Amino acid sequence: MKIEIEGLSVEYVLRRSRERITALNDVNFSVASGKFICVIGPSGCGKSTLLKVLVGLQAPSAGKVLLDGVQVQGPGKNRAMVFQSAALLPWRTVLHNVTYGLEIQGVPIKDAEKIAGDFIDLAGLSGFEESYPHEISGGMQQRVNLARALVTHPELLLMDEPFSNLDPQLRNFMQLEVERIWEQTRQTTLFVSHLINEAIFLADEVIVLTARPGGIKTIVPVNFPRPRKLEIKKTAAFHALEDRLSELLDQEFHEMVYPLAPGPNR
Amino acid sequence: MTSSLSRYEKILPFASTIIFLAVWEMLSSSKIVDPFFISSPSRIFYSAQWLFAHGLWNDIRISLLEFSWGMLLAIFVGVILGWALGWYRVLSVAVEPFVTMMNAAPRVALLPLLILWLGIGIESKIAAVFLGAFFPIVFTVMKGVRTIDQSLIELARSFGANDAQVFTTLAIPSSAPYIMTGLHIAVGRGLVGVVIGELLAAQAGIGYMMSRASSSFQTDKVFVGLVLLTSFGYVLTEILKMIDKYFESWRF
Repeated sequence: MKIEIEGLSVEYVLRRSRERITALNDVNFSVASGKFICVIGPSGCGKSTLLKVLVGLQAPSAGKVLLDGVQVQGPGKNRAMVFQSAALLPWRTVLHNVTYGLEIQGVPIKDAEKIAGDFIDLAGLSGFEESYPHEISGGMQQRVNLARALVTHPELLLMDEPFSNLDPQLRNFMQLEVERIWEQTRQTTLFVSHLINEAIFLADEVIVLTARPGGIKTIVPVNFPRPRKLEIKKTAAFHALEDRLSELLDQEFHEMVYPLAPGPNR
Repeated sequence: MTSSLSRYEKILPFASTIIFLAVWEMLSSSKIVDPFFISSPSRIFYSAQWLFAHGLWNDIRISLLEFSWGMLLAIFVGVILGWALGWYRVLSVAVEPFVTMMNAAPRVALLPLLILWLGIGIESKIAAVFLGAFFPIVFTVMKGVRTIDQSLIELARSFGANDAQVFTTLAIPSSAPYIMTGLHIAVGRGLVGVVIGELLAAQAGIGYMMSRASSSFQTDKVFVGLVLLTSFGYVLTEILKMIDKYFESWRF
């Protein structure tokens, strides 16, 4: 699914203090169909807001968001989101958590269970169909979170820092898993991360956002061949890219902390 | 070490109960304390035997009937109203002063009014149980609906869920453990409703039996009623605990 974003701004008013917050300011970019895009940026820069706009949970204050040329107006069956917290329904089994999105979209439960079977295998959840969320590990819960999104066959998959609560080893492993699964589905994917090496490992292109209000700082292409192995993280090319992105993020961080002072490398 | 401890822990409650009953029996039969006031386990036992042969079953039946109807109505109305109040903010704001006031009022004081309206038959007792059990259910269910995990709501919305779907797939199931919390409180209050109602004005029931026995100085029979009510409350609480265990697995 092709994404075109033109002049997107999102403002909202904080309920308590009535303070007006500009989360995103004049964001412009486009993504070709079938790309894996990672979005990084300093915390609070509106990464999650960008995903919420794309999935249709947040209306833009200004600008256009076009998916295959069609303006986003609320959620749709062609998109699915993988949440930061696993957001599983604790009273449903793994199987019925995976079918949840399909049920909401009106697929009869028997059909939904059949469709879910394939994705439970794909996400490495076989044998856990009848387990409840509290009985499985955090990594497993995130697999359910992922399978639940994939099972609806979205043309655009949105992932909001899905591994930020996992320990580093598990995180590496889940990155491999996402890469492996994506090789099979090839859905246009927007993956928000706050880890540079995660973004590089997964992405075809890394979008770097500026400090709040978030805008596009730069878009960096990543050209490692696929399927990728964790070993690429140790190559010089990977490190060079890592250094470059971390420099860009440092500038933004500096901007955020000392908005008026001259930043490094400027 | 733990195994020997747990073995004692199993025996200890029985042992302490038997010792308690033995001391009670002894105090009473040796007349250290006047048996007129404290009766004794054996007297209570014989008295129960006599009562069961002379119409106690009917009293139990009536009390159970009153309690069950009152509870069922309270659960039915309470859960539905709780859902509605939790879901529709406007409704809850409008109804809140009434519910809060009624909850704060000493409901026992309403009994004379209930008897005036509904008579001394089982209807006034059903109403008494209802009034006792209804409020804790409404409040906890309302809270349950309001505390749905926001991330789950976002999840449902991201799949395009409408209000009805959010309500049926999220609000109802996530209020289930809260209904249980409400029921725990409601059972106690409902029992109080039955007993007070029957003590005040009735034609049958365990409380009525106790009240008659008391006015004719039959301490033994009063104790029989007390034992019955206590066991009833105990059994209900145990059943609720068993259901609780099922819902506990829902919480992270």
